[in-house]
Amino acid sequence: MPLPIDFHAQLEGQRDYLLRYATLQLRDSDRAEDCVQETLLAALAGGAGYDGRSSLRTWLTGILKHKIVDAIRRSNREPATALEPEGDASEFDTLFDPRGHWAQAPMAWERPDSALERSQFLAALEACLEQLPARTARAFMMREHMGLETEEICKELGISATNCWVMMYRARMALRLCLERTWK
Amino acid sequence: MKLMLPCSEVTRLVSQGLDRRLGLSERVALRVHLAMCEGCGNFERQMKLLREAVRQLAEAEGPRDTGPHST
Ligand SMILES: [Zn+2]
Repeated sequence: MPLPIDFHAQLEGQRDYLLRYATLQLRDSDRAEDCVQETLLAALAGGAGYDGRSSLRTWLTGILKHKIVDAIRRSNREPATALEPEGDASEFDTLFDPRGHWAQAPMAWERPDSALERSQFLAALEACLEQLPARTARAFMMREHMGLETEEICKELGISATNCWVMMYRARMALRLCLERTWK
Repeated sequence: MKLMLPCSEVTRLVSQGLDRRLGLSERVALRVHLAMCEGCGNFERQMKLLREAVRQLAEAEGPRDTGPHST
C-alpha cells in the first residue's frame, strides 16, 4: 500500500498522545521521549505495514507498547525508593462475614458482546482505573496492559513479589467494586 | 492447607493465580471451592473479563478516523 505524502505529518500529529501514554507507563519523561522517538522512527521505516484497518493511533500505540516493555526489561537502574502497597490491608474485609464468606456475593456479569457494550465497558473501566491510587494503577497496568511478569515489575518498582501480588489484588478488588457501581 | 477455604482467601488465590503458577494443593483447594460456591465462581469470571478488557484498552481508545486511509 503506497504511503500518503503527509504520512510523516500525521505521525507527528500523534506525538503528544504517544508521549502522554509513555509517560504514564514509565513515569520518566526522558525514557518516555526515547520510546516515542523510536516508535515514530519504526513507523516511518515500516509504514507500509500499516494496513489502515485500525486507526493510526491504535497502530502506533501497539508499537509504542512494545518499545516501553523493552525499555523496562532493559533497565538495570535501581529504583530510588522502594514502594509499599498503598491503602489499608483490611479495606476489603467488609466484603466478607467474620467466617470469611461473602457478605454480598458477586453476581454474574453479562459479557459485553456487542460493539456498543464493549465500548461502554471499556469506558467504565478507564474511569475506574483513574480512581486507583497512582502507584497501584501503575503496577497494575504494567502487569495487565503491558503484560510484564511479576519479577519484571518487582525489579522496576523495587518491591517484593508478595507486595506485587498484594497490589494486584487490591487493584482487581477495587476495579471490580467500581465496575459493579458504574457499568450499567 | 484446609480443604474448604473461606471466600476471602479464595479471592486472593484467584488473583495470585493470574500472576504466578499456584501450587498443587492451592489449585485443588481452589477447584473444590469454586465448584461449590457461586459467588467465587462469578468472581473468577469477572477477573478473567477484567484481564481481557485491560489488554484491549489501547486497541479501543482514540477516534477511529485518525488514520490516513478512510474505509
Ligand atoms: Zn466462595
